[in-house]
Formats: sequence, C-alpha cells, structure tokens
Amino acid sequence: MVTVTSSRSFSPGRFVLYALLALFCIYYLLPLYVMLVNSLKPLSEITAGGMMALPKDWTLAPWLSAWSSAQVGVEATGLKPYFLNSIIMVVPAVALSTLVGALNGYVLTKWTFRGATIVFGLLLFGCFIPFQMVLIPMARMLGLMGLAGSVTGLIFVHFVYGIGFSTLYFRNYYAAFPTELVRAAQIDGAGFFRIFWRILLPSSGPIAVVCIIWQFTNIWNDFLFGASFSDFSSQPMTVALNNLVQSSTGVKEYNVHFAGAIMAALPTLLVYIVAGRYFVRGLMAGSVKG
Amino acid sequence: MSISETANPRGSVADRLRDALPKLVLSPTVAIVAIFVYGFILFTLYLSFTDSRILPTFGLVGFENYDKLFRLRAWDTAVSNLVIFGVLYIAICCVLGLLLAILLDQRIRAEGFIRTIYLYPMALSFIVTGVAWKWFLDPGIGIEAVVQGWGWTDFKFNWIKDREMAIYTIVIAAVWQTSGFVMAMFLAGLRGIDSEMMKAAQIDGASTFALYRRIIIPQLRPAFMSAFVVLAHMAIKSYDLVIALTGGGPGTSTELPATFMYSYTFTRNQMGIGAASAVIMLMTIAAIIVPYLWSELREKK
Amino acid sequence: MRKFTTMMTAAAALLAAGTATKAADVEVLHWWTSGGEAAALNVLKEDLESQGIGWQDMPVAGGGGTQAMTVLRARVTSGNPPTAVQMLGFDITDWAQEGALADLNILAGMEGWDDVVPEALQKFSKYDGKWVAAPVNVHSTNWVWANKAVLDELGIAPPQTWDEFVAALEKVKASGKTAIAHGGQAWQEATVFDAVVLSTGGPEFYNKVFVDLDEEALGSDTMKQAFDRMAVIRSYVDDNFSGRDWNLSSAMVINGDAAFQMMGDWAKGEFLNAGKQPDTDFLCFRFPGTEGKVTFLSDQFALFAQGPEVGKEQAALAAAIMSPNFQSAFNVVKGSVPARTDVSDEAFDACGKKGIADLKAAAASGNLVGSMAHGHANPAAIKNAMYDVITAHFNGEYDSETAVEELVNAVQINK
Repeated sequence: MVTVTSSRSFSPGRFVLYALLALFCIYYLLPLYVMLVNSLKPLSEITAGGMMALPKDWTLAPWLSAWSSAQVGVEATGLKPYFLNSIIMVVPAVALSTLVGALNGYVLTKWTFRGATIVFGLLLFGCFIPFQMVLIPMARMLGLMGLAGSVTGLIFVHFVYGIGFSTLYFRNYYAAFPTELVRAAQIDGAGFFRIFWRILLPSSGPIAVVCIIWQFTNIWNDFLFGASFSDFSSQPMTVALNNLVQSSTGVKEYNVHFAGAIMAALPTLLVYIVAGRYFVRGLMAGSVKG
Repeated sequence: MSISETANPRGSVADRLRDALPKLVLSPTVAIVAIFVYGFILFTLYLSFTDSRILPTFGLVGFENYDKLFRLRAWDTAVSNLVIFGVLYIAICCVLGLLLAILLDQRIRAEGFIRTIYLYPMALSFIVTGVAWKWFLDPGIGIEAVVQGWGWTDFKFNWIKDREMAIYTIVIAAVWQTSGFVMAMFLAGLRGIDSEMMKAAQIDGASTFALYRRIIIPQLRPAFMSAFVVLAHMAIKSYDLVIALTGGGPGTSTELPATFMYSYTFTRNQMGIGAASAVIMLMTIAAIIVPYLWSELREKK
Repeated sequence: MRKFTTMMTAAAALLAAGTATKAADVEVLHWWTSGGEAAALNVLKEDLESQGIGWQDMPVAGGGGTQAMTVLRARVTSGNPPTAVQMLGFDITDWAQEGALADLNILAGMEGWDDVVPEALQKFSKYDGKWVAAPVNVHSTNWVWANKAVLDELGIAPPQTWDEFVAALEKVKASGKTAIAHGGQAWQEATVFDAVVLSTGGPEFYNKVFVDLDEEALGSDTMKQAFDRMAVIRSYVDDNFSGRDWNLSSAMVINGDAAFQMMGDWAKGEFLNAGKQPDTDFLCFRFPGTEGKVTFLSDQFALFAQGPEVGKEQAALAAAIMSPNFQSAFNVVKGSVPARTDVSDEAFDACGKKGIADLKAAAASGNLVGSMAHGHANPAAIKNAMYDVITAHFNGEYDSETAVEELVNAVQINK
C-alpha cells in the first residue's frame, strides 16, 4: 500500500483527500436522496415544486401504498405479491449459473484441451449479444420446449445468458489457483468431481461472492425477459414496478413511485451492503488478475 | 498446463470416459451457447434479408433492409452517439474508478462505508433511478433550479434539454452507475500488488507520482481488461438508461443502436430493418472485441 | 365448410356460457396500471367472476402500450397468446393480417354491434368483414385544457380561431406566465400536430395526408402552413419542455403557472385528482378551428384465437366489454367516451357530456378522423417515421420547408 502523504496525522493533504472522497459520496448519493425525500412527501408537495427540498409534511403513506395497496394491475395489491415471484426466479437462476460457471472455469483452467481458449472466447463474446435481439427466437424456443410463460422458462433464460460472465469470473480465479495441488490430488487417486468438490470449491468463497452479486443484480433488475417470458402468475418485481411507475394516460403518484422504486431495489442494496465487504476481497482474489 | 495431457493414455472404456469427463461437463454450456447465442445470431442474420414486419416471415428481399437502414438519419445519429457515449463512458469510468481506488487506498477511515456508497448504484436498475435522474437533470426543478435558488442566478445546467449536449447527460448517469464497480476492480488490483517492489522503489527515491505511473498502474492491466469487458458490454447494451432519461430525445438526439433496434423491431413493426441493425451492431462489436480478446487470451497461454 | 362448423361451435359455446359449471380463465394483457384505469378495469373482472370466469391479469405498462406489444409478440411466437389484448388502431389490423385473431362475428351478430359502434371504429374492430376486437372507449385528442383563473385574470375568452388563439397566447406570455404547457416527447408533439393539421386543412385534407398518404398533399403548402403553426406553438412553450411527462405539464396548468395544455381527454383525470372542477377551475374546449371535429383513438381488446373456435370464456369476455354498463362505468372513470353510441351520458361530468355529444355529431357529419399520433390513421412504421419528422421540426432541427420534404421522404421509405 502506498500513501500519498507520508504523515499519518491530519495534514492539509489528508484534508483535501477526505474532502474529495466526501464530494464523491454526494455525487453517488444524490439520486437516492431525491428518491428518498420525495417518497416521504404528500403528492401535492411534489407537484407544487421544490423536488429537492425536504418534506414539510413527513408521511409514510406512499410506502404503505406501494407495498400493499397501490394499483399495479386490476387489483390493488401493491408490490408485495411480486416480491415472491422475483425471489423464486432469482435464487435458482443465480445458483445454477454460478455452479455451472464454476465447473466451466474448472474445466477451462485445470483440464484444458485443444480449443479450450476458443471455446472460452466464444463464450465471452456471447456476453455481448444484445438481449433485444434474442427475444423472438428465444420465445420460439421456449414454446418448443414447453416452457413458455413459466418460471422454469424464465430461470432457464437467465441461466443461459448468465453463464458467460460466471465462467469468466471463475476461469480467471481458478487460473491463479496452484495446479500442483490439483495434480497431487489426482495422483492420490481423486477423480474430476472429487477434486472440484474438495479442493477448488472450498476456496472459491471470494469469487463466488463476486459472481453471485453480479448475477443477482442483473437478474433481479432485468425487465425485458421478465416481461416477455412470464405470464400472469410469474411476473417479477421489475415488471410490477414498471407498471406502477409507467402509465401513459393515468395520474402519476410520484411519491408512491419513488417508494416503490426504493423498495424494489432493497434486496440488491442489501446484497451489496452485506456482501460488499467480501466483494473487493473476491475481486482481489481473482477476477482482476490474469 | 493441463493434467489430462500428462495422464497415461490407457485403453479401457472407464479411462476413456474419465478423460472425456471434463469435456462432457463443458458440453451442455457449449451446446447452449451454440444454440442460444450463435444460432440466434444466424437467425437474426437471416431475418435481416427477409421482409419481416410484425413477426418473422421468410420472404427474401436481398439487401433492401440494409439499404433502408443506411438511408435512415436516425441510424447515423445512433451510431455516432454510441461512439461518443462508448468512448467517454469507458474512459471516464476507468479514470474515475482508478482515481477513487487510489484515493481509497490511502488508509482511509471508514473505507468500507465509503466503498459501499460508491458501489451501490450498480445495484439499482434505471427503472428505479431513471425518474430521479430525470428530475435531477431537469433545469426547471433539478440542480439548476437549486443552485439558482442559492443565489447563483447565472448558473446554467440544461444539457438534457439541449440536442447537442443531451448525450453527455446520459454519460453522467451511466458513469454514476458503474464507476463505483470499476473502482472496486482497481482497488482489488491495487491490493494485490506486491508491496516489496513498491518499497524498493520508494527507497530508490521515486516520487509518489512516478511510483504510480511507472510501477503500479502498469500492474493493473488485468484489472483494466476486466473493466473494459464489463464496460463495453454495458455501453452496448445501454437501453434502460436512455429510455428512462430522455426517451431518445430531444428529438432523436440521444438514440443509441440498442434503442434504435428495439424501436424498429418492436415499436415500428420493421423487424427486417431491426435485424439488419442488430447485424451491423454485432459486426461492430466483433470488430472491436475480438482482436482485444484474442490478444489477451493468446498471451496468457 | 370448416368456417361454418367453427361458427356453429362458437354459437353453441356461447349459448352454453350461461349454464357452464366451471369455466376456464381468461388472460388479459393490458397497460392500464394507474389507479383510476386499473380500478375501472376491475369492473370487468368482477363481472366475469360473477359468471364463474377467472381473470388472469397480465399488465405490462410503458411507452403507451409499446412495451405490451413487445411482450405480445413474444407470447404469440411462443405459442401462448393471451385471451385478449388491449390494442390501438392499426395494430389490430396488423395482427389480424397475421391471422392471429379470433372471429367474433356470431357474437357480434347476436349482440348487434354493427348498429351501435360508429363506423370509424368498426374500421379497426373488424378485419375482412369479421369482428376481431371489442372497442372499449373513444378518446379524443384535439382538446385544450385551460386554467380558468389565469384566463379570467388576463381577460381571455376561450379562443375559437387560430388567430384568437395566438392573440391569447401572446397575452399570457406578456404576463410572464408560460402560455403553453407542453411535454417534449414525440407522441405529445404528434398529438398537437394532429389538432393543428385538422385545424389548418380540415378533415378531408387530414385524411388525405394521414390515411391515404397522398404525396401531393403531404408536400403541399397547407402542410407547410401546419408546420409553421407548430413553430408558432413552439415559441409559446417554456424552455424546459423537452422530455417532460404530460402529467407534469398538466400540473403546470393546475398550479396556474401555465395557461393552456393540448392533450387528450385523459388529462382530465389529473385535474379532477387535484380537486379541480370542470368549468369552475378549469376549462376544456376543442383546439381552435376544430370545433365540431374530433380526432379519436379507441382502446380495444383484440381477441386472440385460442384454437379453431371461440371459447365460451372469450365470448363472455367480449360480451362483457361491450355491455353498456361496463362502457359507462369504465369511461366515467377513464375520462373517455363509450365506444357504443347508445350509452346514456347521465353519469358523466360536463367535459364527458360534451365529449359524447361531439362524438355523435362528428360521426354523423364525417368529421370524425383517426388520430395519427395514436395509430388510428396509419400503421406503426409510418406513424413513427412521421413522429421523427414532427419532433425534429419542433425541436428546431428542420425548418418548415425541410420538414415537409422529410415527411414525404419518410412516408416513401416506410410505405
């Protein structure tokens, strides 16, 4: 670690440093501030102007409404029922893509074969495919597989387009893992899965955190797939939030919108706050190394 | 260096199965990618030569869709916007991310707390933050109004309303979302650098600036690669962002290829033209990404 | 022959609807998700549930229905179309062309839809002589909403002609207030353009340019004049208009910061929601020069073929949509006008009554034209190409002359 200023005491240099850091904190927090303040105001205060101001009349009503009584469809259910839909979809999709990514990374680094690099390159390039493009052919495939409009179908889609990045993370991580250990285990008679299970997986904690954070965020926040491949019973949170926030010819309750928006973001925020400590450690442990 | 090659080749079925096992494990992924990525790309390529409008149809029309595409002014705008947006976004994110990482690497008190603040925007989608950003950038109610309210009545910040400048507001919001993530990547890279080498350099009397420029930053190259892949992927897929902030406006001045493709394929019932734009987009991505991936991956062998 | 059996089974199914023990469910894709609209739709849901038919709700909002149309495409491609889908204008025709819609002629015949739905609407509800969609409402877009207090204060009477309108705008501008509250989104600009073209050229010209896509009319001086008027309107809009939601424009009028807003009749909901009363707090009148003429859009439910026959649930849904009770209950809340002309206007407020009367008169006199901005004059490809030109002109990218040329171009490329 290198310190710009040699002195540890509170010097002008440190002051500038902290001031800079604080300034950036403001930049990153501002949109959240706008959302938070306006979610605690009555609507009249918002439409009257002063959207940056603190509420004069604090209220929790928008939050309650967004959670359980706002209109997101014909029934005034709030966002509550959609939370579960999202969780049912996100958890298996994240678990599956992470596990398969780990296995792929393991094969691509410890059991390489001719053309492994090309396979990895093709996988990686697949990350760049625009999702708008795959919508129609994907719908057809899901129909053929009998998965149209089902949670399983949604999980499958997210899994398919999550593999690229999870393989990338694990491959780079396992590349730095000492191959000697794997070879020693092999001489001891351990097989392919045993080595993975006993030797690589136990030390994969940090990169798994990175991968899970990444996948969780992407899948939880996805709207396009969630809207297109779900049916009435499996619409995820983002679709409900979109229904709450977007309406072309209806009255807009901005305070409820903001409350709902923060609410929909809470799980991902929570993941970042709880797992954030391990995040840099995980990145450090592998994904940014060669 | 691989293990399977060093194992003694023996003839039995069980052994052969064991040797094939890694490939078997990888094969579902390969199959999935072959169908759901490359198969779909071929399908799109085919669609781009058909007269598809509302749903895929299979009457071939040759290069008509490409011809129409290149005659559309909105496509030119979208492409040049992607260049401006992509370059600025990737560059600013990298510079800002590196700067923040270096600042945070100075034994900061409450580092974890500050890091979380820098990182959290990545957790939010623009469906969530779009309206807040839109208001914030709106001169009538956002930052301009607030600063003017503080007494600086000459303060102007109306980029989002300005055809020439609106694309830069998209950059600002996009940088807000991902720069913290890039910061985390660089921070991890910084923490991974061998401290012995730096001590030696410091003893040799290298200035802090020289230390970073000569020794530390070059060692962050793998972090740059990861950041580049992530950022390029985000830049190309930026769709929510534009829709939430400007809806492509004022006029069509903030249209990006992703929004263009969506609007032609789905809103305008011109699936053929939409597919043509997707093909051009993919070819452009390939032209930039493939050589980069190639050099990075080959080197490591 | 097959057609005949289809019809027979559909009729049989329909007759059986009342006596069914446990009917299947209907799945409805729509984008009415905001408070009032969704609550209004709930009336329909309850109606069906009382007949033992479950309602599976599939709301997808965004972009005035474009998001829902994308989802629909995925659903149809995967072989799993919803029972009914909220749709506008030419989208219905497009889907009917794909052969994806059900044939409701038997039901329509039994219920006599041909007699109660205005012909201008039937143009969209029917394809190739077959009923494929059930219209719910008629919105009209050539309305101006005004803050009465502001007008009274400045001594402005609701303007009847373009010149009076410009004079009124000038007065408001001179007082320091914003004359026109406008949201700079392509569809909003096109909505204003609808009214301006109708006012400048009259219904015949309107149909010639927007429906027939007559190139001579598109390139005419009248069109240039319409663009010139758009430029005049632009000069009375505040500088921060770009990207603004229409709701926020309405709020400007409600709060008295602006005098006028040009927007469809759904804007009324915003005024009512803010506790304002028609005729005492706010005024609604037709865009100057379009009195007695109506640009309309009609929300309809297109019914997707679920198999070779129309199922009894689907038929029951279509019948429920067309029932006068629902049409009244829904439209009172929505701010629009029933699609049936035989629904009593008793439950409607002043603006609603005027809307019903205007529609009836305009339909009778041939002054009812489909709104281009909302996909009731030409297909999506053309509509959006026109959006591009209108919005580019409004934002100062083109002068009126270029705009006219570009409009002709845009139509040629996308035809």
